Amino acid sequence: MRHHLILRVITKLLVSSIILFALYVQFHGDFSPGGGFQAGVIMAVAFILYGIVFGLEKVQAVFPAWLVHKLMALGVLVYAGTGVLSMFLGYNFLDYGAFSPDHPSHGQHWGILAVEFGVGVTVSGVMVAIYYAFALRRPAISDEDW
Amino acid sequence: MVEMFVDITLFVMLVATAIAIVRMRQLFGVVMMAGVFSLLSAMLLVALDAVDVAFTEAAVGAGISTVLMLSTLTLTSRIEIPATRSPLIPLLVVTVTGAAIIYGTLDMPSFGDPNAPAQVGVAAQYLAQSPEEIGIPNVVTVILAGYRSFDTLGEVAVVFTAGVGVLMLISGLRRRRRKPDNESRGKTS
Amino acid sequence: MFDVDFILGHLNYWLFTVLMMTGLYIVVAKGNLIKKIVGLNLFQTAVFMFYISLSKVTGGTAPIFPVDMKIDPTVVYSNPLPHVLILTAIVVGISTTSLALALVVRISEEFGTIEEDEILAITTELSHLENKELGEAMGGRG
Repeated sequence: MRHHLILRVITKLLVSSIILFALYVQFHGDFSPGGGFQAGVIMAVAFILYGIVFGLEKVQAVFPAWLVHKLMALGVLVYAGTGVLSMFLGYNFLDYGAFSPDHPSHGQHWGILAVEFGVGVTVSGVMVAIYYAFALRRPAISDEDW
Repeated sequence: MVEMFVDITLFVMLVATAIAIVRMRQLFGVVMMAGVFSLLSAMLLVALDAVDVAFTEAAVGAGISTVLMLSTLTLTSRIEIPATRSPLIPLLVVTVTGAAIIYGTLDMPSFGDPNAPAQVGVAAQYLAQSPEEIGIPNVVTVILAGYRSFDTLGEVAVVFTAGVGVLMLISGLRRRRRKPDNESRGKTS
Repeated sequence: MFDVDFILGHLNYWLFTVLMMTGLYIVVAKGNLIKKIVGLNLFQTAVFMFYISLSKVTGGTAPIFPVDMKIDPTVVYSNPLPHVLILTAIVVGISTTSLALALVVRISEEFGTIEEDEILAITTELSHLENKELGEAMGGRG
């Protein structure tokens, strides 16, 4: 898309604010609409937009495929690890009271934050990985034919 | 009254979009119409008080889903060949199924009924207890990651599995690692 | 039984059923695989809206408390449980849709088409050829 000047400039302006918005949705999800699923998707959208406009090589220089594949698994591990950690602390699986025995509702806050983080990481990783997989294939029709 | 007017308007637009999807043969237009359909349904979901769901639907349905469909179009074809079969049998199937579903809804509680079984069960308990037990304003987040976190762990695992499945199907990661991929690439093309 | 209140109270279920059936029609009647997937998505979205409409309470509002957690007991909140189920279902839905799209890409690479009729014709021809070969190997007349 070398010839689309306006798209390139607007994308450069937008990508950073999309990432900021994704982080807001992720960590403010306790108080307003949002959470890990939405934040993961929005984060992925930022990278996908960059990839569509500037090409796959540019975005993979920032966010390489091997890292995306690790992140996919990391999110599930964070989620399940939160549960296993609470088991090691002597509580039930995913019983967030374990993280702050004196003040149970604080423990709930920590647990929900950790779990939502895991969800966000997995969802954004999976979405970006799927986009990379589709974009790596050789297109049957070239860019100019659209 | 105003709410109902908004609902009906949005619904008419949804049906118009759906009919356009049925009739259109340019797949590019079909995919764009699917994005429009998602955005309209997100608006309807806001009118139904489901702000979190509307947020997700707008991000997923109009954002990612459109991108993935378009990248599939670049890899396959862009025009649908008109079907040679007669549409009578599908119409019959659809009418019978729809009639069965509508017959099933006759026994359901009416729209917005506060005493419906869905409203008085465990959900009322969540709404009443979550302020003391957890103390997070967004009840949807509380149920998602707190009360029902086992469910969500399963859903995350499903998302992960689907991602792995896509990678195994079309990324060609496995092939590249084994050998410098002339032989197997030639077979598929 | 069929008075105005009943019809208005059930109209939303019937409208969403109409949308669902439009999606089902696309899946059954159209031969193009991408269009089938779009139809499936349509069906899915209609089911989501149907489900969410079950959670609506008359006069209710979105299930988010005030930030300072001073909850006014007179405020009615809609049922948050269906919201949670559908929220996760949407993300799982896009994952499975992308899996379906990946399968379509592979099918198109193998068969050179994504029209159901053409794929069926190619597979029938292939199985005929294979049967003939096997029949000759067993001593049949081909």
